[in-house]
Amino acid sequence: MQLHTRHVLDRAFTGLGYVATGVMAAALLVLLLPIFIKGAGAFVFRGTVEFRRFQFEHNGRGTRAALQRELALVSTARAPVYAMLDAAEQEIAAAPPARQRELKSALADLRDDMRVLLGPDPGQPAPVLLRGQYGQTRWDRARVKLHEVLFTETWDYSGPSGIGRKVYVPRSEEFEGLSVTSLFPYLEAHVTEMLRPHVTLYWRFLVDDSRDAHFFGGIMPEMLGTFYLTLGAILIAVPLGVLTAVYLTEYAREGMVVRFLRSCMSTLAGVPSIVFGLFGLAFFINTLQVSRSKSVLAGSLTLALLILPTVIRAAEEAIRAVPQAYREAALALGAGTWRTVYSVVLPAALPGILTGIVISMGRAAGETAPIIFTAAVSVGVPLKLWEVFSHPTPALSWNIYNLCTEHEAVDEIRHVQYGMVFVLVGLVLLLNLTAIVLRARIAKKLKA
Amino acid sequence: MNDVSHPPHTPHVRAHAFSVFYGAHEAVRKVTFDISRGNVTAIIGPSGCGKSTFLRAINRMNDLIPGCRAGGELVFDDCNIYDPQIDVVSLRQRIGMVFQKPNPFPKSIFDNVAYGPRLRGVSRRGELAEIVERSLIRAALWDEVKDRLHDNALRLSGGQQQRLCIARALAVDPEILLMDEPTSALDPRATTRIEDLIGELRGSYTIIIVTHNMQQAARVSDFTAFFYEGDLIEYGGTTDMFSRPQCKQTEDYITGRFG
Repeated sequence: MQLHTRHVLDRAFTGLGYVATGVMAAALLVLLLPIFIKGAGAFVFRGTVEFRRFQFEHNGRGTRAALQRELALVSTARAPVYAMLDAAEQEIAAAPPARQRELKSALADLRDDMRVLLGPDPGQPAPVLLRGQYGQTRWDRARVKLHEVLFTETWDYSGPSGIGRKVYVPRSEEFEGLSVTSLFPYLEAHVTEMLRPHVTLYWRFLVDDSRDAHFFGGIMPEMLGTFYLTLGAILIAVPLGVLTAVYLTEYAREGMVVRFLRSCMSTLAGVPSIVFGLFGLAFFINTLQVSRSKSVLAGSLTLALLILPTVIRAAEEAIRAVPQAYREAALALGAGTWRTVYSVVLPAALPGILTGIVISMGRAAGETAPIIFTAAVSVGVPLKLWEVFSHPTPALSWNIYNLCTEHEAVDEIRHVQYGMVFVLVGLVLLLNLTAIVLRARIAKKLKA
Repeated sequence: MNDVSHPPHTPHVRAHAFSVFYGAHEAVRKVTFDISRGNVTAIIGPSGCGKSTFLRAINRMNDLIPGCRAGGELVFDDCNIYDPQIDVVSLRQRIGMVFQKPNPFPKSIFDNVAYGPRLRGVSRRGELAEIVERSLIRAALWDEVKDRLHDNALRLSGGQQQRLCIARALAVDPEILLMDEPTSALDPRATTRIEDLIGELRGSYTIIIVTHNMQQAARVSDFTAFFYEGDLIEYGGTTDMFSRPQCKQTEDYITGRFG
């Protein structure tokens, strides 16, 4: 009976374990899959002729001849559109004055929307903003813009509840009786010829500068910023953290002071990251004035503080796990404490310390709050190495937040945002993978 | 306490009313005896009798234990080992130690043996290689490892590891070799090899070995000291002691009535 109960309990716990693992795996999949799929959209998508024109004019990619040929085809396809629009102007001028005003504004709206879809009208001066100089570069966005050309969005309040309902009215209704109504079916039928979407692999998304607030280009400044910030934080926190751990484990005698230090560290580990950010601003920038304003250095220092407790804790545990016999052997051979630590204890503790470092790297790369006030800006160019002491930088974590909250045209650049998330998550996964491999290799070397 | 016999040899380490305390507890109580140069001295006694504590006091490994202090005199080469002026690091280089459990570093065989010489500033590859070879030959391990000096030491068997630890200790040319139950973690074959090795090292080094194994003490040592509850009960030539113990307690212990 008792044996039976034990068996049942054992099975129940094993089952619970499997369920928990399954739920975790499913959650991970649900979280990561959309990120990877949507993120991949920043690299692989159907690029239009406008994309290729941009790449040629700004980055010199592709050949002039190929582009010319394509542009010729495109303008042939587009010519009837502009002809119809010009004809509409004439017809409106001849229309009864009562309707003229309404029609004129409708036509102006239509022309605006057409410019967004196809780029500036031929023969007109180029607008100042880069985004005005090109039509839609991505086919998925072009489809959305096409819909906006074909339909106008209005609100229908006729329902019994009096609550408005969004309805799409064909735009051709606004131009009843004019020849321009034939523009819409023509546009729908020939839009692929006007934009010529091709499947494009844009791996340079990783290394291109961003142009016009991420409307064009890639995420190099953000990646580089995250790299500098993380590397800086690690360079500051690791020596400090490992030395602290060595002091706590090898030199300090357990007592009031050490206990106090330890509880300070635990407290530090529990401080919200935004508080670190404010502290970094108040201390590193305003008090110590490590830089005149936000800089990578100030951000790295703040992030270093944030990850310090993790590094210390990991290093301490790794050092404690080194068998006492190694220390005795070294001391008996006449090594001093410091010599014992760096020639025997630290090499043996290396796998554990490394794991701590890489976990901290992932944390530092992903943290947003500490760099808001100390390092991050929303737009910038890739920094040179010596500029890290004085210049602020965009960074993946902060710009993901920035793009989805403060950007003037969030919907237009969703793909960039997903691309950044994809890269950041990929980066952290890559880091962890490196840690696992590195750790396994070192551990294998240590354990024969 | 019995009158302690003084063997007619040159003393290498002299204990005079030497005590070791852990806090208030006196683990070794005012022992007085001379350890003979170039011979093997075994220290035997039941668990907790202070024999290991005494052994570890000789190269001041007890310093690592908080609350541990020494009283009386322990003289090595005309100076007190517990003199505050003494340089513990150079003392430990002159008095090597082999531990109960083989404890090679997780490094290559070569690096294990070269650890001590490197500490003393030897850095030339050729010189190091020479020292490593000489030490491994002396520890009777050379033939087994000469082709894989750069393998990890932890890949060796337990007995080989212990001989490696002996080679590591010999590489700094110590005068004294302390052995704290060096075979208690080994199988009988490995034990025999270590005992043979101790026989070979006799004469070149002063060896002090703590052991639980009476037969081992009888086999390898020239002199034997019997400790009981922190006191030195009897000390003398091994053959004499095992054939004609002077004290009742010694006799009881070596005949296996307690311990």
